[in-house]
Amino acid sequence: MKLGIVKETRPDERRVAASPTTVARWIKAGWEVVVERSAGDGASYPDQAYADAGASLAATAAEVWRDADVLLKVRPPTLDEAALARAGQTVVSFLFPAQHPELVEALRDRGATVLAMDCIPRISRAQKVDALSSMANISGYRAVVEAANRFGSFFTGQMTAAGKVAPARVLIIGAGVAGLAAIGAAKGLGAIVRAFDVRPSVADQIRSLGAEFLTVEIEESGEGQGGYAKEMSKEFIDAEMALFRAQAKEVNIVITTALIPGKPAPKLWLADMVAAMKPGSVVIDLAAEQGGNCELTQPGQEIVSPGGVTVVGYTDFPSRMANVSSELYGTNLWHLLDEMGGAAGFKVDQGNDIVRGALVAHGGEKTWPPPPPRVEPRPAAPAPAPRVEPKPAHEPAVVKGRGHGHGAPPAPPSKTAAMVMSLVGIVAALAWMGLRFGQADATVGADTAALLQHLTVFVLAVFVGWQVVWNVTPALHTPLMSVTNAISGIIVVGGILGARQADLDASVVVAVAATLFATINIAGGFLVTRRMLAMFRK
Amino acid sequence: MSLADSLAVLAYLVAAVLFILSLRGLSSQETARRGNVYGIIGMAIAIVATLSIKGPDPSAWLIASIGIGAAIGGVMAARVGMTQMPELVALLHSFVGMAAVLVGYSIQLAAAKHAGLAEAASGANLPLKMLIEVYIDVVIGAITLTGSVLAFLKLRGSVSGRPTLLPARHWLNLGMLTAIIVFAVLYARGGQTWALAGGTAVACVLGVHLVAAIGGADMPVVVSMLNSYSGWTASAAGFMLGNDLLIITGALVGSSGAILSYIMCRAMNRSIWNVIFGGFGAEAPKGAPGAQPAGEVADIDHATLAGKLIEAKQVVIVPGYGMAVARAQHAVRELTELLRARGVNVRFAIHPVAGRLPGHMNVLLAEASVPYDIVLEMDEINADLPATDAVIVIGANDIVNPGAEDDPGSPIYGMPVLQVWKSKLVVVNKRSRAAGYAGVDNPLFYKPVTRMLFGDAKDAVEKVVAALRAA
Repeated sequence: MKLGIVKETRPDERRVAASPTTVARWIKAGWEVVVERSAGDGASYPDQAYADAGASLAATAAEVWRDADVLLKVRPPTLDEAALARAGQTVVSFLFPAQHPELVEALRDRGATVLAMDCIPRISRAQKVDALSSMANISGYRAVVEAANRFGSFFTGQMTAAGKVAPARVLIIGAGVAGLAAIGAAKGLGAIVRAFDVRPSVADQIRSLGAEFLTVEIEESGEGQGGYAKEMSKEFIDAEMALFRAQAKEVNIVITTALIPGKPAPKLWLADMVAAMKPGSVVIDLAAEQGGNCELTQPGQEIVSPGGVTVVGYTDFPSRMANVSSELYGTNLWHLLDEMGGAAGFKVDQGNDIVRGALVAHGGEKTWPPPPPRVEPRPAAPAPAPRVEPKPAHEPAVVKGRGHGHGAPPAPPSKTAAMVMSLVGIVAALAWMGLRFGQADATVGADTAALLQHLTVFVLAVFVGWQVVWNVTPALHTPLMSVTNAISGIIVVGGILGARQADLDASVVVAVAATLFATINIAGGFLVTRRMLAMFRK
Repeated sequence: MSLADSLAVLAYLVAAVLFILSLRGLSSQETARRGNVYGIIGMAIAIVATLSIKGPDPSAWLIASIGIGAAIGGVMAARVGMTQMPELVALLHSFVGMAAVLVGYSIQLAAAKHAGLAEAASGANLPLKMLIEVYIDVVIGAITLTGSVLAFLKLRGSVSGRPTLLPARHWLNLGMLTAIIVFAVLYARGGQTWALAGGTAVACVLGVHLVAAIGGADMPVVVSMLNSYSGWTASAAGFMLGNDLLIITGALVGSSGAILSYIMCRAMNRSIWNVIFGGFGAEAPKGAPGAQPAGEVADIDHATLAGKLIEAKQVVIVPGYGMAVARAQHAVRELTELLRARGVNVRFAIHPVAGRLPGHMNVLLAEASVPYDIVLEMDEINADLPATDAVIVIGANDIVNPGAEDDPGSPIYGMPVLQVWKSKLVVVNKRSRAAGYAGVDNPLFYKPVTRMLFGDAKDAVEKVVAALRAA
């Protein structure tokens, strides 16, 4: 099997799909690799390094496209490049199929198998393949470097013999992978860093990196409700804007990273906020490619506002660090090919979640969008920068992954469907039984109606329980059990009803005993739960 | 319906909503305490409302029983140690079963008396639907009662935790089920107390037999199943009394327990039927003969381990039931704090079925004040294990058994496990060289990266802590 690496054709794209290190790994694993001459120049990987790693060099891109079984790229192929693809060939690159339908069709018509690195499903297992995260990490770092480059002062505050210099104040909006990487980098340079996110749960991650978590004093979580992507309430946005306006007067540097998948970036940093910033301040807009979070952003450009604030809207941050981004991208590709069976067992296995998610075209068919993944990581993480939600990490360089598992393990859809069907079946059977009794015994007519009514209540309650309990975090399963145990002491109601008779007889004695047992259970259950919960702390 | 009764119905509605909010509150640590408070308020409203329904005034006996019950429950809850939590939960389940049985009998006895016949041999003058509901309530209650009592004894260690497998146990279950149905038909015909008692007796035996057959590592499933049963019991009582609050609450608890059981079973990669009827555990040691791992077991001493831990950057601690038994969680927290103070990144890896209750380890670590954000689940940490310098396994065995992944002959083959053997050093603390709770020998102990630290968990960890302080 032969891998082909071509030089990126888009102007200003300095990255290359793999570094010589990755190429050496592939060759060791049994692949052959052909690299177009000067492919790695932009990323400071000379041809000789690839040759030393064991790759063969091709003079033109056409040769590589002709020879390669698997063609690896960074940017989406142009239509001209797509015309070089052939049946049976696998093409892997960023693709953004939603934005490039004509490209997907062109590749499909050529019969190629196409995998989009931007469509890798966001599941834990796929983290090693997740090129969007590895690139976002680089963008976040680079954003701080670009900001520092334009900012006319230190990041660290200094007391010098020549006077006192205040530290830079950096505001980061959106604490996804890029946002957290930016926090780490800015903190590392010594700035005072604040970060805003609509998801309260990222507060710990932000604080773990040493930044201050800014939030709005309104009880509305971006989480659980479907979140920001759907719209936060007007009050929330007003409060958010007020917070930003207050911050605008204080901060020197703003880095925005808020993205909503498949939608233009939300406008969060408005013209009046830019105007309120001190001259010499810098705004770095990492969402520029999707239109930008800042109203003044010109995608791909750097402008200076009338008030002397620099607004940077570059769309090629990873490419500005082509050496490392090529290295990391290549490693993502290595894991993807490994996932697909490596050199020996390479195949397109549609049963593999990762492969299926990324597969855009195969065997002349368009296979995008993929069916929903079998296991959702959690109800979609909403919010600015909602695409990814990293775990707390101590170094930005290892920021990766999405908090998986803290939330509910939602019921697999098929199981839920089976559950619904069986419940409907049980209800039908019980209703039939009720009707039968109604016919068998004339006195039961009213009871039957009551029975059906109680059944309705019962089934609805089962559903409510089902829905509510899936959201319980595994760490709380023991308290859940003891609280439900306490609640099932509600049978005390039956005991009390039975015990309230005019005269004391055997039935009353028994009912009083039932009340006794049930209350032991109630008091014990709630108290134990309280004791347990009091212990949980951060 | 009198005004007081209408108010009671409304109060029930409020209580039901509060119970739902209570379960909802438990979805995260931040809201859990509030959830518990909702539950308490809901329960108080329900009890007061029931006491104020029109009818004869509540007797002093009744009020006293509520007071005494609350006092007993309160004392039990205040005294119990966190390590005895599983037993207490099982015992409390049995009380719900007991109460359900008693409520059913109360109705039966009252009806029999009102029928104006000689009590012992009387038939209760109840409609057929009521008879069926009473019977179902009593039978489920009885199964919950005896099953929970046995589970309590097993967890407490008074009865061997091993599954007791009678010959032809499936036939026995079937026979008892048939007997329950026969008594049901007899009872439905005449409503005689003796028929109900017969059904109760068989159900009691069935409860014991069902739980006796399950043991070993499946105990968490048993406890959550009994939790579910206690809910269904309350629901059945609600049908019997025509009380919607009981139906709703019982259904909430029942589905909650059922979901927990399902989550547990999935974590072990087994079906619920396999757990309930499989008698897993006893057959385990008879696994494929080739499954016996070979090789040498290497030891490590406390000082050497302390030295390794100081050099490490990434340390993961895997707690199991052994930590609970030895009450080593405080020593473990101390170890964690010392290491973190030295800049070592210490995290905890919790397997979904570690311990004897779902979430058991989380509760113990929380008791010892281990911050919950360094306590991670299996899926979160498995990927990080290869980059981990040292893993300390404290009193866990089956959940770190590589046989589950690579030995098709192993009885736990296919169960997801923590892949600790991929790290650079694994230290396993174990009381002795015996096999784990599921009775499976563990090839992990023979891996080249593994070192054994024999001895009581608390004692061993405290010695390591002492060595660390000295270093």
